[in-house]
Amino acid sequence: MEFIKEFWQFLRVRKKYWLLPIIIVLVIFGGLIVLSQGTVVAPFIYTIF
Amino acid sequence: MTYILGISAFYHDSAAAIIEDGKIIAAAQEERFTRKKHDFGYPFNAIEFVLNFADKKLSEIDNIIFFEKPFLKFERLLETYVAMSPKGFLQFSKAMPTWLREKLFQKKMLFNLLKQHDKNFNNQKKIFFSEHHLSHAASAFFPSPFEKAIVFTADGVGEWATTTVAIGCKNDLQIKKEIHFPHSLGLLYSAFTYYTGFKVNSGEYKLMGLAPYGEPKYTDLIKKNLIHIKEDGSFRLDQKYFNYTTGLTMTNDKFNNLFGEKPRDSKKEKITQFHMDIASSIQKVTEQIMIKICKSLRDEYKISNLCLAGGVALNCVANGKILKEKIFDNIWIQPAAGDAGGSLGAALAYWYIELNKERKFNKNDEMNGSYLGPSFSDEQIEKSLKSLGAKFEHLSNEDLLNKTSDDLVKGNAIGWFQGRMEFGPRALGGRSIIGDSRSPNMQKNLNLKVKYRESFRPFAPSVLREDIDKWFELNTDSPYMLLVADIKKEKQNAMSNEEKKLFGIDKLNIKRSQIPAVTHVDYSARIQTVHEKTNKKYYDLIKNFKRKTNCPVIVNTSFNIRGEPIVNTPEDAFNCFMGTDLDNLAIGNFYLEKNKQDKFLKREYINKFEDD
Repeated sequence: MEFIKEFWQFLRVRKKYWLLPIIIVLVIFGGLIVLSQGTVVAPFIYTIF
Repeated sequence: MTYILGISAFYHDSAAAIIEDGKIIAAAQEERFTRKKHDFGYPFNAIEFVLNFADKKLSEIDNIIFFEKPFLKFERLLETYVAMSPKGFLQFSKAMPTWLREKLFQKKMLFNLLKQHDKNFNNQKKIFFSEHHLSHAASAFFPSPFEKAIVFTADGVGEWATTTVAIGCKNDLQIKKEIHFPHSLGLLYSAFTYYTGFKVNSGEYKLMGLAPYGEPKYTDLIKKNLIHIKEDGSFRLDQKYFNYTTGLTMTNDKFNNLFGEKPRDSKKEKITQFHMDIASSIQKVTEQIMIKICKSLRDEYKISNLCLAGGVALNCVANGKILKEKIFDNIWIQPAAGDAGGSLGAALAYWYIELNKERKFNKNDEMNGSYLGPSFSDEQIEKSLKSLGAKFEHLSNEDLLNKTSDDLVKGNAIGWFQGRMEFGPRALGGRSIIGDSRSPNMQKNLNLKVKYRESFRPFAPSVLREDIDKWFELNTDSPYMLLVADIKKEKQNAMSNEEKKLFGIDKLNIKRSQIPAVTHVDYSARIQTVHEKTNKKYYDLIKNFKRKTNCPVIVNTSFNIRGEPIVNTPEDAFNCFMGTDLDNLAIGNFYLEKNKQDKFLKREYINKFEDD
């Protein structure tokens, strides 16, 4: 939570809101890659794509 | 008392520094403890050392400052990839996992790592992040002897900035100008380091050492194609010749075609005159840019003092040229000018800028001669030597100096391990290998039999401060070996016509001066002035040597072999002593002779460290 708050502050100060969608996509994909490595969620991820 | 811990890590040359009410009390690089050159990992050992030295637990430290801002760096990476897309996917796919897993969450990661030192440390709010170049600038200005100065920093890249100009006044330091990535003097130099077959981020020294063997034939070609230099010295690199923004190498085919050869493969190809000419050319361009920038800064700000830091400030040849041009009245260079020094700068920036504390001036500077690392008492050394099976004698101070200088005169190569270890890449008489500067064979012998490194690489002289102007074309303090100047004309040997015709490495065999071991092929030397105030024992040794030889100059090179971090402990020193052709070891007040040591203790050493 602390991280999200700080990162939001950073984007605000730097006025770099346009980076946000890229970061969200990266985090989602990153998360999927981690989850697909031998967890119970893995079979569901395959079906999404 | 307020204690601030500065940390630099996760790129190269991790380090930690601690300040007590603004006073620098200890600093060290992690590589010295882990024995891994340019170690970039979390500096656990360096932090342990500085905390122990200050006799503080981590929970008692008031603030912890990391030397750069990871968010800003991430912003630069993302923007670069977006700008270059679809090029650079390979680099992107390699970099992103580490960023998304660790580096982006550096505060949390740092907090967890810091907890290893002290379980009671539980305040994440004590952790702050400085800016990479602000840390460099702070490390150059706050310890300097100047009340007011222009602070010029240049390196590969920090967050966005690659080159900055700041103005320091009392306890204030403000960055005025920046040149941003991908336009970087450090990366330009590194591109040529890569092209000539040396390792980026460590081989830049070799390129600088190689330069005097060549002719600057390609200077115009570089300036016409690779870099556009403006009137005030600011510059832009033509990215079509470089590969570092999108690829996994520094240069590309266009770069190779421009100079007509592929990058040298150091495992298969030898250094040729071509590489020497390339080295000479890029060195000249670097000097021209730095001089141009310095001249325009002097004109613009009308301040007579200059402070330098950042990896490019380790280019002591360029520093010497700036001094020679007499652009500034005084120049001070941070001895740990690379990223390691960022740890110190980060801590100092917080103390002076954030906490707005008053700055006291020290005419000499605040670096304590850069002797900021660990030291060992005679009891500790004796215990260590006994456990290693060494044969040694304990001498009085006077006997130690006499015996060492006698052996220097005999032409011996001696390991000199005394007092606190140096902070920064140069050995300054704390962890040094020393020799007779008058010996014509010393350079070759030290390079090939002791250091196991390329025969072309020069050695530096340590000279008594009061005698510098009798031997060198320089009359200023250079305690950190960061200024290059020529050997005094009357001490030089004129070259015969035949000798003048020699090229490249062949020049090495000419006896160029009365102190050939420290005279580079262009009659230059990277000078360290030795001061009684900061290193009395080393000063007394050279004085003793002078009494016997009438020469106040000795060879000083770092106590290590190629690829090895400088020795830290008595055990490291003994291992290096036994693994090389060093003749003697003066460690504390103990004296060791190689021929008295048990032959079984001699060990395979050279293959322990990868060439850097």
